[in-house]
Amino acid sequence: MLARALTHALVGLEARPVEVEAHLQRGVPGFSIVGLPDKACQEAKERVRSGIASAELEWPLRRITVNLAPAGLRKEGSGFDLPIALAVLAASRQVPPERLAEHAALGELALDGRVRPVPGALVAAEAARRAGVSRLLCPSESAPEAALAGIEPIPVRHLAEARAYLRGTFEPPPVEPIRRSANGRHPDLAEVRGQERARRALELAAAGRHNLLLAGPPGTGKTMLARRLPGILPKLTLEQALEVTRIHSVAGLLPLGQPLLDRPPFRAPHHTASTAAIVGGGSGPRPGEASLAHQGVLLLDELGEFHRPALEALRQPLEDGFVAISRVQGQCVFPAHIRLVGTMNLCPCGARGDPVAECSCSPQRLASYRDKLSRALLDRFDLVVVVPRARSRELGAPGEPSAAVRGRVEAAAARERPALSPGAVQLLDRAVDSLPLSARGRAKVARVAATVAALAGEETVMPEHVAEALSYRSPSELAAWT
Amino acid sequence: MDVKTIRRRDRLYPPLLAQLHDPPPCLHVRGAVEILSERAVAIVGARSCSSYGVQIAREAAREVALAGVVVVSGMARGIDGEAHRGALAAGGRTVAVLGCGIDRDYPRSHADLARRICEHGAVVSEYPPGVEPAPWRFPARNRIIAGLCDATVVVEARERSGALITADFALELGRDVFAVPGEITSALSAGTNDLLRQGAAPLLSARDVLFALGLEPEASALPAVSGAAGTVLAVLADGARDADEVGRLADLRGSDVAAALVELELAGLVAGAEGVYRALTRGTNRAVRAPA
Repeated sequence: MLARALTHALVGLEARPVEVEAHLQRGVPGFSIVGLPDKACQEAKERVRSGIASAELEWPLRRITVNLAPAGLRKEGSGFDLPIALAVLAASRQVPPERLAEHAALGELALDGRVRPVPGALVAAEAARRAGVSRLLCPSESAPEAALAGIEPIPVRHLAEARAYLRGTFEPPPVEPIRRSANGRHPDLAEVRGQERARRALELAAAGRHNLLLAGPPGTGKTMLARRLPGILPKLTLEQALEVTRIHSVAGLLPLGQPLLDRPPFRAPHHTASTAAIVGGGSGPRPGEASLAHQGVLLLDELGEFHRPALEALRQPLEDGFVAISRVQGQCVFPAHIRLVGTMNLCPCGARGDPVAECSCSPQRLASYRDKLSRALLDRFDLVVVVPRARSRELGAPGEPSAAVRGRVEAAAARERPALSPGAVQLLDRAVDSLPLSARGRAKVARVAATVAALAGEETVMPEHVAEALSYRSPSELAAWT
Repeated sequence: MDVKTIRRRDRLYPPLLAQLHDPPPCLHVRGAVEILSERAVAIVGARSCSSYGVQIAREAAREVALAGVVVVSGMARGIDGEAHRGALAAGGRTVAVLGCGIDRDYPRSHADLARRICEHGAVVSEYPPGVEPAPWRFPARNRIIAGLCDATVVVEARERSGALITADFALELGRDVFAVPGEITSALSAGTNDLLRQGAAPLLSARDVLFALGLEPEASALPAVSGAAGTVLAVLADGARDADEVGRLADLRGSDVAAALVELELAGLVAGAEGVYRALTRGTNRAVRAPA
């Protein structure tokens, strides 16, 4: 006796259809799974057997073969438990096979038969829709997420519920539609006092999608400022929110009760992170921090402490907006459209730039600290700001709240990109002549100047906009670094 | 590598250098030999230096080079390197004196700087190719720096810094020694301030040293700047400040301060480093005293 169930295997950000075939034959009772399952998938045997027993269903005393087709594709993870169990039940006619064929299924089984959520429900649901299957049997926790794909999720909490549903004796509760939540959980800029220049740079970075480097002595609020950037970013469109959700879903990082991530994500990996953790990787490639920060902010706190290969690997995604990971079996592309924010001290001991402390770094130590950040990487930062130590008497008034800044940022982002006026071009030429400014540097300054003009509500970029943009170029702020 | 060797009896042997009591028997030179005999000023200082020292070294070298005088230094990290860079940036000529074999670029991070110095001046050493850098060779190198120059400027030096040895050699030769005053609380300026106490001439502007050489550079007129830039310049005249402080003291918005600072930077009136902006003294030279 033979039965089939449909499920999906994750390959990068993509879900490939997988047919689960269960065949019962005479012979010594046994259970084997073929079709390139990994360890977690191979162990489905034990979970499925116990799950079926716990659901008070019958384990067929036959020789059971389960094949995951296409057999050449590696199957990873525990999401195959539910479809395997259902295929076995259908093969032994405990659920109607023709009814099962109308559904896709996804979920991990607990030993007591409960259905547990697994990563990637959204992409699996989208793939099911593309394959023309309109219903997805999934863990009840994943149902709202699967509903985003525009198919009908069938939330089941237990294997017995799935069986009852397929036999037509149980109707699962309807899935509540998702309401988009308000943008307000990020820390607020009002908590930052003083630091006018750094605040301005944050606003520019938000409005123009620029990468920002905050340098300066410790304790001046670099990290505090960086953490407030997501709160002033424009709201994500539904399409962007879906992209973000897809990546987090595949990585298994969707928070419970929040199926749609509609706020710009914020990721701050520790400086010991490996290259693969930052840009993504692994044999079945998984998204890295750069992709998890897609449409949001990637903060590299203490930039100088990161492993150099990890930093250099970021150069390509910063330029292209995606990470391409090549493996023998094929290539995966993860989107990584990020605003990069880096913070660092001006020297290893941290005292440099602090008027009341004296730097004790030897010239050699200073040189090796600076060598770590290649010019090519520093070049990727459009805005460089040194965050000075604020004097206590300046710390009086609270700053402008994030909501007000976000209003300006959204207005500027919606505006058309201003063109350069002849005066602005002239000033740029003069700057290239008399300052250490490369061709790439010039293009960056022009882009920042356009953002300055857009924030000011102008239609053309005037010389004063270029002048302000020039003040955030790296050689001016980090003169000794060139 | 094209290395020329000149001996004491050669016509091209720099006459000022011959006045040392132990002049090097021969000099190995990469680059232009003849500029060793031209009028020169040494600009030297410590390897560990502040952004103040970096800016003063660069600016002084720039002005000296613009006046057509050769800038001599030791190609070390810190002040020495900045002196060479300042001279090169002004399109001037500069000479680096090494404390190791003529074929070595020491420190290695200055290999590219050495190449540029060779194109616009010369790299000099008394040691033949292959000699390793060693601590005891650097004081000997400093006597050549002092010997080649009519005057020596020490920009920033701690107590017992090697740059002070250069100043001692210059004094022995009866050449002018200038020291750049620093804050009395800064350890990085302890050596230069001590030189001042001993009677070295203070360097308040690069024109001080040019006057000592008998040159009279014209005071360049202040370039016209916008109103906001003028206000910012007035604030910076009282001391180096970061952009936020400037905005508060000048009562200007952050974006206007940023634009004004860039305008002043392009006009060469202000230099910024590590977030702190400093007014440069160019063209605003005060009374000049000839050194004693």
